[in-house]
Amino acid sequence: MNLIQWLLTLSGLALVLLVLFSIAALMVYGERRIIALLQDRLGPNRAGPFGILQPAADFLKLVTKEHFVPPFADRKIYIIASIIVPFTALLSFVVVPVSYNWWLADINIALLFIMALSSLRVYGIMLGGWASNSKYPLFGGLRSAAQMISYELPMGLALMGVVILSGSFSLVDIVSAQEIPFIILQPIGFIIFLICGIAETNRLPFDLPEAENELASGYNTEYGDIKFAFFFLGEYIGVLLIAALATVLFLGGWHGPWFPGAVWFTIKTLALIFLFFWLRTSLPRLRYDQLMHIGWKFLLPAALVNLMVTAVLGLFWMEG
Amino acid sequence: MTDGKMTLSTQLETRFNATPCELSHDRVKTLSVPLERVTETLEFLKYEATPHFEMLFDLSAIDETERNGGLTVFYQLLSLSGNADLRIKVNLPAKNPVLPSICSVWRAANWYERELYDMFGIHVDNHPNLVRILMPEYWEGHPLRKEHPNRATDMPPYQLPEAHYREIMESYRAEDYREPMDDTEELTLNIGPTHPGTHGLLRLVVRLKGEEIRDVRPDIGFHHRGAEKMAERQTFHSYIPYTDRIDYLSGVQNELPYLLAVEQLAGITVPERAQVIRVMLCELFRISSHLVWLASYSHDLGALAPPFYAFRDREYLFDAVELITGGRMHPAFFRIGGVAMDLPEGWHEAIQAFLKRMPAAIDEYQALLTHNPIMRGRTRGIGILSVTEAIDWGVSGPNLRACGLAWDLRKCRPYSGYEQYDFEIPTAIEGDSLARAEVRLEEIRQSLRIVEQAIQNMPNGAVLSDQARYAFARKEATLQDIETLIHHFITVGQGMTFPSGESLFITEAPKGMNGYFVVSNGTEHPYRLRIRTPSFPHMQALAPLATGHLLADLIAILGSIDYILADIDR
Repeated sequence: MNLIQWLLTLSGLALVLLVLFSIAALMVYGERRIIALLQDRLGPNRAGPFGILQPAADFLKLVTKEHFVPPFADRKIYIIASIIVPFTALLSFVVVPVSYNWWLADINIALLFIMALSSLRVYGIMLGGWASNSKYPLFGGLRSAAQMISYELPMGLALMGVVILSGSFSLVDIVSAQEIPFIILQPIGFIIFLICGIAETNRLPFDLPEAENELASGYNTEYGDIKFAFFFLGEYIGVLLIAALATVLFLGGWHGPWFPGAVWFTIKTLALIFLFFWLRTSLPRLRYDQLMHIGWKFLLPAALVNLMVTAVLGLFWMEG
Repeated sequence: MTDGKMTLSTQLETRFNATPCELSHDRVKTLSVPLERVTETLEFLKYEATPHFEMLFDLSAIDETERNGGLTVFYQLLSLSGNADLRIKVNLPAKNPVLPSICSVWRAANWYERELYDMFGIHVDNHPNLVRILMPEYWEGHPLRKEHPNRATDMPPYQLPEAHYREIMESYRAEDYREPMDDTEELTLNIGPTHPGTHGLLRLVVRLKGEEIRDVRPDIGFHHRGAEKMAERQTFHSYIPYTDRIDYLSGVQNELPYLLAVEQLAGITVPERAQVIRVMLCELFRISSHLVWLASYSHDLGALAPPFYAFRDREYLFDAVELITGGRMHPAFFRIGGVAMDLPEGWHEAIQAFLKRMPAAIDEYQALLTHNPIMRGRTRGIGILSVTEAIDWGVSGPNLRACGLAWDLRKCRPYSGYEQYDFEIPTAIEGDSLARAEVRLEEIRQSLRIVEQAIQNMPNGAVLSDQARYAFARKEATLQDIETLIHHFITVGQGMTFPSGESLFITEAPKGMNGYFVVSNGTEHPYRLRIRTPSFPHMQALAPLATGHLLADLIAILGSIDYILADIDR
């Protein structure tokens, strides 16, 4: 590659970064307003028109705070941990195709790449909980480690159904293969993926690593200033990622009549994000053992059966 | 009934050298027992006497310095099977008083005896853990002794030298009380005093193995304001607003037992209209208290929407309350002998509007909470309490009814005309967190029924007793003639004297049995006011309820017992 290509790629990355940050910020605002609406109240409506500048104000506040590391924390890991979470989530977007000719990279193992990154993300939370050297974050970190490991497996297995149907790990190929959205062929896979996705992003009803009422704030109890913002950002970019992935893998990505592909992609992703918000305001939190129970005794067997059925049927279908 | 009581007191007199020491105006049988016979007397009363006195309702003391000298410790016993009260008194010397512990008879005595030590400096022999409970460790003196200053301005300026400060902070270190040979996977977790799950200033030192609870030690007292001590320098009348703030979520529900006790002491009859207004407001505040419980409980379990719905509905309720009383949470609306004002124009419609919206709202709460599978899964079988245990711990109110015992003072000892209302006592049999939640939701419905009946049958007439001895001069008349003005000036400024005597009244507050024990010396001020709140014994029962469950369950159990820190610490 020559210099110009490098510059183009870098500027592309910078653009994506900027867009993703603003989307995450708008999601925070959107969530607060939507949840407020569902709860019979107004939500933030003071900063800017309709309170739209609220995330900017929050960001400024967090950035201008003193950079404080608790004296008892493991300084290096404490700082690194907070960067891992948004970093891995952001990196995953490299392979997400927004429209039929619009993506940053089309690698042939895209799905594996995303799964690997999401496994790495747990390090951020776990190390954050560990490096804080305090009891509540430790609980949060441990819970998160157990939760992510338990939900990674059924999630991976649920995705294998999609891989079998499309015959590729590349997200672009997977979307192209969806003449019929895979949600129709893989309804169980979709549900399992969505449940695991909520658990992966630590959202209610699976927000046990944070569990405000038990663990104060869980793994990020000892975090403040910009480092807290990183965790926060990571969570929302994670939500965006899961919604985008579900769109790409199960809802047919950019496919759809009348509108251009990017519009369809956006509509589907936003609908899923709304579902995330809606669940958050409606459901109580599960207990830790119940969470493990669902993961290992229900989701994992269901994902295995789904995979086997898909494989057998797919074999006959492709042969026939 | 009377026969049984006669034989019981003669039995006590012959077997334990008890002497009857009843004062007039009180309906509770009172006997004085010599110090050395206390434990066996109480054992007899709990296990052998007919009826059995199963519950240690209250245990505290009176400093008699300004009367006969010494200290009087009183045990309020309650028989749920026989629906009877009994008070056992013991006299102690003022210097180095020692009392035998009765923790072996009632486990609930533990905290009450610590309170005795804390407040009166009574050393309790054989107590498992005799340390201060409400006051901080470093406090000097025992506040409810008469010689202790009544207010901060009577004390020297507060000094906090650096060294002393460190010492104080050291006393708050969560002590590591793991057994030396215990397995190393245990850890001690300090929850609170400020923590989202504790609803106020409550500290829990929890011993955990993994996430499993081995032991819980509640540390209370952060909300102690000396409400009992304050009463000793207020007049009977001017103390009313203070009671509002004991269980600060149920406003007039605190005024009622206090005023009923005072009215019982002075023999005041309350006009019928005032009684119905009192019942109506009390039930509205029961709903209000349960709504806040619902909000905080669902928040404890991670549900984000129900808290807002419950608070929204409470606002509609407060609109009506504000119209009638002028206040919202602490209206201080009841007066000795009635209520402060007659009902304003439009009260009927305001309450009707609230009554109309509530049934659908309760359905919604049920759909979001008690019928929600996640919530059911989390609270079913968690924190189970059996009836016998509950009685032994002094548990009352919805928590007791959730264990299967339909004990409600509004039914079994109707006061303020509760016998005229048609309502049911919701009960459950499981005794777990879910049962407690279901009982409370059903109680809201029953309270709505009572309010409905009250507004339908609101009688006409006066709202304040006009018994000249204990009535304020009517404010309207003070501007007309000088006599009334002088009376008003004197009774408000100085207070009215009340006959000497003792009077206990227990009512069914939203959180359980709320008892006010007024001791009068014949002056304008209570000589001693004892407030027995339901939350205090409930919090004490937390440790046995939570042991063996997970950390997340601790919050679910804590929320389900519905306590208010101000109600515990007073």
